[in-house]
Amino acid sequence: MMAAALRGSVVTLAKGLTGTGPWWQQLAARSLNMTASLGGPEAPPARADATFKVTMVPGDGVGPELMTAVKEVFKAGDVPVEFEEFHLSEVQHMDSDEKLEQVLASMKTNRVAMKGKINTPMEFKGELAGFEMKIRRRLDLFANVVHVNSLPGYSTRHNNLDLVIIREQTEGEYSSLEHESVPGVIECLKIITREKSRRIAKFAFDYATKKGRSKVTAVHKANIMKLADGLFLQCCAEVAELYPKIKYENIIIDNCCMQLVQNPYQFDVLVMPNLYGNIIDNLAAGLVGGAGVVPGESYSAEYAVFETGARHPFAQAVGRNIANPTAMLLSAANMLHHLNLEYHSNMVSDAVRKVIKQGKVRTRDLGGYSTTGDFVQAVVGNLRHRPMY
Amino acid sequence: MASNVWRSMLSHVVGAAKRPTLQTVTLIPGDGIGPEISVAVMKIFESAKVPIQWEERNVTAIQGPGGRWMIPPDCKESMDRTLIGLKGPLKTPIAAGHPSMNLLLRKTFDLYANVRPCVSIEGYKTPYTDVDLVTIRENTEGEYSGIEHIIVDGVVQSIKLITEDASRRIAEYAFEYARNNQRSSVTAVHKANIMRMSDGLFLRKCREVAENFKDIKFTEMYLDTVCLNMVQDPTQFDVLVMPNLYGDILSDLCAGLIGGLGVTPSGNIGANGVAIFESVHGTAPDIAGLDMANPTALLLSAVMMLRHMGMHDYGKKIETACFDTIRDKKVLTGDLGGKSKCSEFTEEICRRVRDMD
Repeated sequence: MMAAALRGSVVTLAKGLTGTGPWWQQLAARSLNMTASLGGPEAPPARADATFKVTMVPGDGVGPELMTAVKEVFKAGDVPVEFEEFHLSEVQHMDSDEKLEQVLASMKTNRVAMKGKINTPMEFKGELAGFEMKIRRRLDLFANVVHVNSLPGYSTRHNNLDLVIIREQTEGEYSSLEHESVPGVIECLKIITREKSRRIAKFAFDYATKKGRSKVTAVHKANIMKLADGLFLQCCAEVAELYPKIKYENIIIDNCCMQLVQNPYQFDVLVMPNLYGNIIDNLAAGLVGGAGVVPGESYSAEYAVFETGARHPFAQAVGRNIANPTAMLLSAANMLHHLNLEYHSNMVSDAVRKVIKQGKVRTRDLGGYSTTGDFVQAVVGNLRHRPMY
Repeated sequence: MASNVWRSMLSHVVGAAKRPTLQTVTLIPGDGIGPEISVAVMKIFESAKVPIQWEERNVTAIQGPGGRWMIPPDCKESMDRTLIGLKGPLKTPIAAGHPSMNLLLRKTFDLYANVRPCVSIEGYKTPYTDVDLVTIRENTEGEYSGIEHIIVDGVVQSIKLITEDASRRIAEYAFEYARNNQRSSVTAVHKANIMRMSDGLFLRKCREVAENFKDIKFTEMYLDTVCLNMVQDPTQFDVLVMPNLYGDILSDLCAGLIGGLGVTPSGNIGANGVAIFESVHGTAPDIAGLDMANPTALLLSAVMMLRHMGMHDYGKKIETACFDTIRDKKVLTGDLGGKSKCSEFTEEICRRVRDMD
């Protein structure tokens, strides 16, 4: 257990050893305080009961229901995590710049957050960037990682899938730079920079190395957007040369979509710019069971935000108690793993997988009739049966 | 009103107007396996006694006056006269100095709509059954406008252009298509929550055009939601209309659902009534000349062409023969899982067509 904790701390360091302060201070600070990522002068001091503080932003749609599910499971499992909640929403007019600042300040202190989807309305007043984009840019959450794993016990058209999709989240087509040059003619700019392309490529290869993956595939449309995606592809190829043990390939986005529905087993880790990432995240989520079963997270050099893989507010399910909390619970388990609470992480994820495998309690999207509450009760029930070491 | 003129022209082309007995169609065999599959299609049409005569033309880019690349003038003249074309796969040489042939054709004839019907083929099993949808993609602007700049070293900007006219035109075509082909709903695919101005304009135009077509149900869906639902249950979609990039990706995704590009037909509709139907797979240079090619994609595109010209009976006959051959599984080409040659497959379809009379 000691070795595991030590390995865990080295892993956390390797993941984020670029932050503030000299490296010796960061290493030394690790044993002194219990916050998840690098200790620095602005980290809170260790508490006697060693509870982690995590920012929680439920978001819109079924976000609050999913967060309630997470809190219930955590309470039943005695997980030492305390949530700081913020209700930020653009569509419900609970948005303002001060609220955004509060949320960002809390995230910067706690360094780990759980988030639902903050819906961006189609009409815009003044600014083109929504709140989600603003949060991503301010915290520089450049990498979005979605784990696409088939759930044992729930079969789809393609079983035993195990993909990781890494998406650049801050630039590309979502630059929010649009203008109407002449009435009736609108230009939207897609920006690709060498620095960010290199950064996401390096992140992808580092991730593949750490998790023992064998292949990284870059997804692009460089035959049409020769300069923009050409630059992205070039950066990926340059970074690939630094990792001789990992196989590097590239594929055009439309061919990739076709291959994913015909033979998804040929892919391992996929890396791509913003818009293609959105498409492939949702496509792959659909392959294993939908938006309710795929967890995802967003990383910056200093912060980690845990959320679902396919980000939809699912507004038509609000109040009906039918949403599937699997994705959020698995993401919460990943968060516990990130905080080095291995025991609790395994407990939560094993309980969720057991419930799915047994197949008696299933929410509507997986073909069953249970409610969210039933599912959470089943997970809580399976928590208690976890044998102690 | 311009839109009324446009609409009457469209219904003249797409509707069941009286046609002369023998129609001429421009045939562009293409490269690689193109000539083989074109010959196969011509043979099948002959055995079905379709009243069509073919005019073969070549499209290698030539440089016109002023250094501008263009297609050969005899091809252009032929297309302008016949207004219908059938095209095989074209090779895009990498360092030839001229833009791709497909791009040249698109610009010459202003082919603004790309239509790809995706219907599950009964004999060719994929994990997705009962797929029956049509993707209509705006083909002239959007993300593929080709306007890119290097701002400073290491920063590249690519411009996505959305205009009111093009959006309105494609929306009108989509609704006309739905009406003429007895389709019940049209779904606009967009990302207007992120690209609020550009996709917002596209969506507004679709909504405006939907007002004039109250008999067709109009819905709008985000691109990511469409992708998510498409791989779980593709039967919920009917006609999809979208800008260029999303259309490219979604049409290939739908082709993957029914079995790939080797069995998917495609049609390009231009202003002035021009329509070019093509097979979208590559030239497959490795099997060119070996009689191993699968002519299904070009054949189904030709059937689409027959329907466009109003010859529904012939189209149905040939399509049924083709599907029956595939369903029987006795004579199949390599990519469909069999061992027969292209000529044997063609002969089998011809035999079925003759037996049907």
